[in-house]
Amino acid sequence: MNKNLKDWIDITSGVNVRKCMRCGKCTATCPSYNEMEYHPHQFVYMVERGEIEPLINSESLYKCLTCFVCVERCPRNVEPAKVVEAVRLAAVRRQGKNHLSAEQIPPALDDDMPQQAIVTAFRKYTK
Amino acid sequence: MQRIGVFVCHCGTNIAATVDVKAVAEALGHEAGVVISQDYQYMCSESGQNLVKNAIKEHKLTGVVVCSCSPRMHENTFRKAAASAGLNPYLVEIANIREQCSWIHKDIASATEKAIILGRAAIAKVHLNTPLTSMESPVVKRALVIGGGIAGIQTALDIAEAGFEVDIVEKEPTIGGKMAQIDKTFPTLDCAACILTPKMVEASQNEKITIHSFSEVSDVKGFVGNFTVTIKKKARYVDETKCTGCGLCTEKCPMKKVPNEFNMGLDNRRAVYIPFAQAVPKVATIDPNYCMMLKNGKCGVCSKVCSAGAIDYKQTDRFVEQKYGAIVVATGFNPIKLDKYDEFAYSYCPDVVTSLELERLMNAAGPNGGTLLRPSDKTHPHTIVFVQCVGSRCDDGKGKQYCSKICCMYTAKHAMLIREKYPDTEVYVFYIDVRTPGKNFDEFYRRAVEQYNVHYIKGMVGKVSPKADGKIDVQASDLLAGEQLHINADMVVLAAAIEPDKTARPLATMLTTQMDTNDFFTEAHPKLRPVESATAGIFLSGACQGPKDIPETVAQASAAAAKAIGLLCKNSITCNPCVAHSDELMCNGCSACEKVCPYGAITYQDKEFRMPNRTTAVRRVASVNPAVCQGCGACTVACPSGAMDLNGFSNSQIMAEVDAICK
Repeated sequence: MNKNLKDWIDITSGVNVRKCMRCGKCTATCPSYNEMEYHPHQFVYMVERGEIEPLINSESLYKCLTCFVCVERCPRNVEPAKVVEAVRLAAVRRQGKNHLSAEQIPPALDDDMPQQAIVTAFRKYTK
Repeated sequence: MQRIGVFVCHCGTNIAATVDVKAVAEALGHEAGVVISQDYQYMCSESGQNLVKNAIKEHKLTGVVVCSCSPRMHENTFRKAAASAGLNPYLVEIANIREQCSWIHKDIASATEKAIILGRAAIAKVHLNTPLTSMESPVVKRALVIGGGIAGIQTALDIAEAGFEVDIVEKEPTIGGKMAQIDKTFPTLDCAACILTPKMVEASQNEKITIHSFSEVSDVKGFVGNFTVTIKKKARYVDETKCTGCGLCTEKCPMKKVPNEFNMGLDNRRAVYIPFAQAVPKVATIDPNYCMMLKNGKCGVCSKVCSAGAIDYKQTDRFVEQKYGAIVVATGFNPIKLDKYDEFAYSYCPDVVTSLELERLMNAAGPNGGTLLRPSDKTHPHTIVFVQCVGSRCDDGKGKQYCSKICCMYTAKHAMLIREKYPDTEVYVFYIDVRTPGKNFDEFYRRAVEQYNVHYIKGMVGKVSPKADGKIDVQASDLLAGEQLHINADMVVLAAAIEPDKTARPLATMLTTQMDTNDFFTEAHPKLRPVESATAGIFLSGACQGPKDIPETVAQASAAAAKAIGLLCKNSITCNPCVAHSDELMCNGCSACEKVCPYGAITYQDKEFRMPNRTTAVRRVASVNPAVCQGCGACTVACPSGAMDLNGFSNSQIMAEVDAICK
């Protein structure tokens, strides 16, 4: 268990994962469920246990839409999306592999895509 | 010259492990006026008390300081001991060196120093103590029970059984409360009405019990043994003494579209109504919000058909004043509103119902005559999903932080009853934890799983979406299987959290009783005084004190009755002599004390005073009724001229304590 990384995630997310009562409402409500290896309640539980490496290495990290529906519906006010975002930030800070290359952009472009989304995506998912 | 005895208690190791008690006794022995200073292992024991008694006699003590636990624990013990040795009990002071010293400190040196200072402060106060004598005040031998649900009914029956008069005040047109709306009761599955209505009838026929239905408490004055309560009897536009309960008016009333609150708004009633067949009293009530005669003076059908001539459109609210010795609060609970939980589609999908609504849907006197049908299209549901903890155990600002306690059991009951009656129905229960402590409770829940094949799934429902074909998509997680499920359901039942009735808070203000942040009444002690409020003479019965099922409610109702009977049995009670008094020569008649007094104990009088040069003047001065004053001290703080003082806690005594601490 990486104590420093866990503390960093706790501080960055501002979430007290110990508030979770393991009801699974976040996972019940998640629209990206089928895409994910680790689900919202597992993010919260694994951060509580300090098992952050598997999360950082998992594609699940980038399947979260940050739609905040888990935050909205969590009965304990745990805010799972903020935990996911903090783990994502940890991965970015680590300057690991690129998760987005410029070549991937043109096929994904359509008229509805705001330019800012592309800029944000690059900031989040590349070195 | 004062002769003060100091007695330092070890309390086993509770005090002695952190405070050097011998050093405390030694140091306090050198204080001015102290003639004897001793320590002992258990001062509250028989031999410890004898130590105090003997010292009082032997050393002719004029004051006693006991350094021990909180005065809430043993002040009375030592006061009684002093009294039996011939010393006025109000010359005893307690220095709390346990809760306020040994229990909260770790360092022996500093804890010992603090204990000495606390003892010194108590000695400084004892120097100024004066003997006080308690007064007696008579007890009115009549009890008031506020709320006529099962809690109130049981309490009233028990008090009446002991031979005292009891009045029940119920805000609805009938007594019976929530239990009357319930179909079956766990864990025995007997019909709620079958066991409740005999008790309702018993209450109405008992000559010691008076039922004020459709009434509210509008004012409470007085104190333990002598409350004066004003009861507002709301206008029901029907003369209770004439109405025979034949129900003809309720059949002929042309106003048919009034939501029936007894059936949770699932069907309609008339503007003139009797809530249900076994209502007590069985008297019609006219709803002024819907009655056309009362709204615009056109109709009058009920008056024409009533052969008893009981309809009275001119009736107004009446106020009755009555004296009581004891008051029992039994205001009960309600399910919370679910409008903040959009994800469960409760507000816009008629087939998403609360558990209490399901009780009515399954009840023979309910909207469907006891056949479980979907409210939307009156078809049989074949897949039913139960969602637990809706609004309970929530820390999201929308629900309640506590566990509502009854939901696990009633959901198991509903699931079992549905599977029993309609075996072709699939029943799913989504739970976070199943909490079934209680006699035969867990066995009951296991029966739902093992014998009735109810699908219990560990997980929560995230979203409920009504579909165009009338079905309901329930999206949920199954945490043990690690799956997200979609159930194609016909009905969804939400176990809504319960909360205290809204009338409880204004009532608590009237009764000067305490409530917690959830508006449940606070008991005097969570373990040892569970049915008494901290205000003398006010007792708590049922769910107004915390979530409770029927067996617990009935047990607590009888316990509250026992406490009330204990009070009513006495001819008089001893009043606390630590009451306020006003120095008329200093009082400037400003009324500040009268305004802050929560008990209405202070009145103002015009009195004649002698002035210089043989003149007289009439001045307005405060006077305190010692029988009503509870010694809270609010007036002494509010008084700008220092005229108000509290016996036993005078301004000079408190200043002496502060000086001793700051020395």
